[in-house]
Amino acid sequence: MTRQMTGAKMVVQALKDQGVDVVFGYPGGAVLPIYDEVFQQNDIRHVLVRHEQGAVHAAEGYARATGRPGVVLVTSGPGATNAVTGMTDALMDSIPIIVLSGQVPTFMIGNDAFQEADTVGITRPCTKHNWLVKDTAELSDTLHQAFHVATQGRPGPVLVDIPKDVQFASAEYTPPQKARTRHYAPQVKGDMAAITELVEALETAERPIFYTGGGVINSGPAATQLLRELVEATGVPITSTLMGLGAYPASGGNWLGMLGMHGLYEANMAMHGCDLMINVGARFDDRITGRVDAFSPHSRKAHIDIDPSSINKVIHTEIPIVGDIAHVLEDVLKVWKSRGRKVNREGIEKWWAQISEWRMVRCLDFSQAGPAIKPQYAIQRLEELTKGHDRYVCTEVGQHQMWAAQYMGFEDPGRWMTSGGLGTMGYGFPASIGVQMGHPDALVINVAGEASWLMNMQEMGTAVQYRLPVKQFILNNERLGMVRQWQELLHGERYSSSWSEALPDFVKLAEAFGAKGILCSDPADLDDAIMEMLDHDGPVIFDCLVEKHENCFPMIPSGEPHNKMLLGENASTKDAIKEGGAVLV
Amino acid sequence: MSALQIKKGSTKHSAYNLRPTFSDVQETHTLAVIVDNEPGVLARVIGLFSGRGYNIDSLTVAEVDHTGHTSRITIVTTGTPQVIEQIKAQLGRIVPVHEVHDLTVEGPSVERELALLKVRGAGEKRVEALRLADIFRANAVDSTLDSFIFELTGTPDKIDAFAELMRPLGLVEIARTGVAALSRGS
Repeated sequence: MTRQMTGAKMVVQALKDQGVDVVFGYPGGAVLPIYDEVFQQNDIRHVLVRHEQGAVHAAEGYARATGRPGVVLVTSGPGATNAVTGMTDALMDSIPIIVLSGQVPTFMIGNDAFQEADTVGITRPCTKHNWLVKDTAELSDTLHQAFHVATQGRPGPVLVDIPKDVQFASAEYTPPQKARTRHYAPQVKGDMAAITELVEALETAERPIFYTGGGVINSGPAATQLLRELVEATGVPITSTLMGLGAYPASGGNWLGMLGMHGLYEANMAMHGCDLMINVGARFDDRITGRVDAFSPHSRKAHIDIDPSSINKVIHTEIPIVGDIAHVLEDVLKVWKSRGRKVNREGIEKWWAQISEWRMVRCLDFSQAGPAIKPQYAIQRLEELTKGHDRYVCTEVGQHQMWAAQYMGFEDPGRWMTSGGLGTMGYGFPASIGVQMGHPDALVINVAGEASWLMNMQEMGTAVQYRLPVKQFILNNERLGMVRQWQELLHGERYSSSWSEALPDFVKLAEAFGAKGILCSDPADLDDAIMEMLDHDGPVIFDCLVEKHENCFPMIPSGEPHNKMLLGENASTKDAIKEGGAVLV
Repeated sequence: MSALQIKKGSTKHSAYNLRPTFSDVQETHTLAVIVDNEPGVLARVIGLFSGRGYNIDSLTVAEVDHTGHTSRITIVTTGTPQVIEQIKAQLGRIVPVHEVHDLTVEGPSVERELALLKVRGAGEKRVEALRLADIFRANAVDSTLDSFIFELTGTPDKIDAFAELMRPLGLVEIARTGVAALSRGS
């Protein structure tokens, strides 16, 4: 049976056939036919955002919290260009997103038509792949391919640009089963020889460590299960990047905490001192490695990654394994078990003793003294009062993000949504909207700084319109905290433009949008105020006035290796960063 | 345990100086990339090189299979061994790329380039240009009373050598196709 339909109808049909239940978008001239079709059905819910950047971040939040790809619908020209930041963010963090953009009619392309932009040209470097569909007969096939490419291999954002005349014209619909997914089939099984080599190294290593990343979460629930099984069975310590938090539970016995620039002392020291590093789905990002020529100098390194270009990009790896994490870990476990479940018990025992010593530094200690709320204290109380809930946490970007990563614990994957690679201020609020769409009954909190939060504050309208009870927990220091910290450390305390004057009254702002606002400035009131936020059935802006000049520690200064960390209170921050480090960000 | 001391001084090593432990030797490699001949595919390849700061010494492209709509892109590039490996891995990630071959490491290969050279002159110089063209097996594909266009096929080195010889004899313009290459044998 052939099914003739318009291009616009095909879009809606393809989304239904791909199992999409929610689309984040904003209408405009070049997508009106698609919006007309969206109007005439009830299977797919459309969430009207207030800015296209918000749509993409919301789709990212939805994708990370549900494990299903996020879908965005925007118009041509400014609609598409506004989505660019979100797509770049999704590319850096490997989040599967399908962006559908309207385009001026094919016969007007290239004529500088109203709201025309070279969308596929602009988005080529910020998508995994993109398509301009010039013929309605190709449209449904292309849409199915888009879902395939976005979700297979290393996930990422894709864009399909659909001219308005293609939306109006009719052609035969191709169902997903008949779509040409062509040759795009990334390798999922790892090389058995390399896997055996890894197992051999694991059996004898005295100071092994698992260094895991977002790839474990992207690989799916099986990867998380297998990772936990392997870690528990071998007794090897495990640390994770910002992106990988939750793959191994924070309450787990082998957990060292996050590593990296603002990672825990014990995690970074263990990375520096290990003799076998097993990188599972991480990419040796510069926030992780610090100074590369002094990175973990005495270790053999194994690297499991589905993207061959991640291997040997930054750090030379002795045991590279290209494949899907779940497939590879399954084989690692199988081989390790079949060889008799050997590990170097004695060595690992000593290793843990050394780690316990590092832990005694208690790098996250702070003192809640004085009349102002310490930001660390605010996060600590938030963690304490919410950890029993069915909870999802988003963040913006900056000091609050690092504090949230340090002081909150994540027991499961997909519970922690933060902009890692691109570091997009303004990510968290729309992401929390996307998460809440995917989990309507869960507690969704966005830990924010006031500066980041203002970057996409217009989405308050979205939260109120769709009755999404997202909790905006703003650590308000009236500063661009991380910028201020860097200016203090390496620009002679010259606080150039890192100070927000004329901030809004956040309580009144919440009320202006029809939401609830809570102000808290006294540590003694904090618990009650947080409880009030949790008890309110609706979106809340929580304006938490915190200590204005708090710095985020531990910190590996730019250009330094892992064993050269700055610690809180005790550490001298004067002249901390060398001249050469000042050129870095 | 006391806080760690950070010493004063400067370092050139940094998080952004990503490749200090790798070899600094620059190598030139010829890559053959088989791609779907679809709109924008060349832009993806070129954008990858410019976006990631890789070099392109020469690049040629044409559809080689009209029924399967595949094109062959031949790229000559220079970089450290580690950068060359990255280039190949990054090319392999592009969705419409089917195969990436490094002809420089996959065994012996044949590399050829075609050049057109316009030489203007009179008298002895004109005769000398013709004589040298004969030695290089270049064909005169256009001639006027005061100029020739020579067509020359060969390795890039051979074309360089011929162009050098023509320069004092009145070389006014040169067009080169860039390298096309195939591995030897079956």
